[in-house]
Amino acid sequence: MLSYVVRRLLLALPALLGLVFLTFVLSRVIPGDPAATLAGDAATPAQLAEIRAQYGLDRPILEQAVIHIRQVLTGDFGRSVFSGRPVAEEIGQRLPATLELTFAALFLSTILGIPLGLLAAVNHNGPVDHLVRLLSVGGLAMASFWLAIMLQLVFSMDLDILPLRGRVDVEIGMPPWRTGLVLIDSLLAGRLDMFWDGLLHLVLPAVTLCLPGLATIARFTRSGVLETLQKDFVLYARAAGYGRVRLNAIYVLRNAVNMVVTQIGLLFGALISGAVAVEAIFDWPGLGTYAVQAILSADYKALLAVTLVVGVVYAVVNVLVDVAQALIDPRVAEDAR
Amino acid sequence: MLQVEGLDVQIRSERGTAQILQDVSFAIPRGGTMGIVGESGCGKSTLLRSILGIMPKGAETPRGAILFDGQDILTDRAASARGRIGFVPQDPYLSLNPVFRAGDQILEIMRRHAPGSRADHKRKIVELFRAVQLPDPEGALRKYPHQFSGGQRQRLLIAAALACDPALVVADEPTTALDVTTQREILALLRRLVAERGLSLLFVTHDFGVLASVCESVTVLYAGRVAETGPTRQVLDDPRHPYTRMLLACHPDRSADLSGIPGTVPAATAQPPGCRFHPRCPIARPDCATAPPPLVALPGGRAVACPHFETPLPENALA
Repeated sequence: MLSYVVRRLLLALPALLGLVFLTFVLSRVIPGDPAATLAGDAATPAQLAEIRAQYGLDRPILEQAVIHIRQVLTGDFGRSVFSGRPVAEEIGQRLPATLELTFAALFLSTILGIPLGLLAAVNHNGPVDHLVRLLSVGGLAMASFWLAIMLQLVFSMDLDILPLRGRVDVEIGMPPWRTGLVLIDSLLAGRLDMFWDGLLHLVLPAVTLCLPGLATIARFTRSGVLETLQKDFVLYARAAGYGRVRLNAIYVLRNAVNMVVTQIGLLFGALISGAVAVEAIFDWPGLGTYAVQAILSADYKALLAVTLVVGVVYAVVNVLVDVAQALIDPRVAEDAR
Repeated sequence: MLQVEGLDVQIRSERGTAQILQDVSFAIPRGGTMGIVGESGCGKSTLLRSILGIMPKGAETPRGAILFDGQDILTDRAASARGRIGFVPQDPYLSLNPVFRAGDQILEIMRRHAPGSRADHKRKIVELFRAVQLPDPEGALRKYPHQFSGGQRQRLLIAAALACDPALVVADEPTTALDVTTQREILALLRRLVAERGLSLLFVTHDFGVLASVCESVTVLYAGRVAETGPTRQVLDDPRHPYTRMLLACHPDRSADLSGIPGTVPAATAQPPGCRFHPRCPIARPDCATAPPPLVALPGGRAVACPHFETPLPENALA
């Protein structure tokens, strides 16, 4: 099992290297001159040339790419042209917020989506099935920015039970930084009030973000369970006298869920890109808002670093997915051998 | 022990009502072994599913009863014989869930239907694994189905069938998915276990060779009705119903040419009136098409559902 994990991780490395190279080249061939951004509107041609030389922007693109990769490998992501601070430091501060949000959304879509899909499948073509179908089509079709605003209107403005925006209440503040995740740091600090405050702030963004994933997971679970129910081993289990609930909830679901787990890995990419809009609306201090700011200010170093970090997170999540699959179905790890 | 009495099964669907079984009766005494033979589509699987209590969707039983130890297991779901009837399925490759350990799959059956603790159950399974001659009985508990060969999986399923100490074992062509050598071993094993433990056995097959080696008596089904029944030896040596006679005559072991019975088994939604075999029967007479022939008792515990059973078949009956 351990060698399986290591092999999966090693396989992710070339993909990430390719990502770094490709995004760098892309960032340099698209229109826009970082030197001009750095120098400001009033810069003379001589100043521009000086800045180009200073940042290595006057060398051939491939050479720049190699230099860039070498810097990235040593952990040097350069400085933001917007704030002048090291990009690595800025991302380090913002990544936990995004991770907390996306994992909360992923958690919600999984623990709600799998039971819904299972219920729909065992009530195939019954009322529950139709209801779940309606919900999942709705979940996929609904624009997240619209849903976010509606949720804010209802739960923050009208009912006033959930905070409108932000990650924590200003008066309560952030717990001391350990992992950067409010829910975990507050527990480590023994501050239940902070935990509760962080949780309340997390509800609306996480609910908004989880909906498309929930819909996808429910649909894949439903079709997986329906397919598994046709298998001979299910008929055998019924003949041998398995209980109905246990048969569906454990025996069948474990087979069905393997397809769903693959989807969860793919979903994570959608979640991170979905987080950009959700973070903007809820004023969530994560990578999404950072990326938007970097795009608007042509801050290419920041943008490259964000792409890479998202790529790494995505790769790690998919290794975890592979591991989960091997745990669910023992044949997976053996086939890979 | 097991009595099936005048059982009718029909399946209602949008395309109409399919008559799967009609007036099927037979009985297996304690310790008796009964074979059910017939072509595909004759109702063997539906019969099995009725006995095991896993009828397909839309199935109805307007008439008849299935008695197990005197209890009606067809209508009284509470008295369901699950656990008391062991089941050996047809395909050992497809009948085990690939993502659960072999031991856990049997433990789940015992958890519901056998007394005792989990530890007792485990001990019992290991003992059964030894009885079915599975290599490394203790280790087998923790293995996954794909780590066994086909023959081993069938041994495993036989052990599962015996796990709750059933009085009756129902086997659905348990050797068709296996190669010939393994087939022989599994049959020998089954025969030995049934004899040693004094079990009753209901054995579904379309293979007369297998039938002769395992079952004392046989019931021949055709298109959902009993064509003929009696002690296996006598039925095989001296078949009476024209269907049985033709079926045995075209068995590859007995005839050099690969001939068969002309025509096919009628669809369950379009059964012919009268005797269901008459459209394919070379000795059919006009009255065969009017009323279904009753099962007539013959000496020696036999019965046949054909009034013309003494009429010889023409030479060219098979095609």
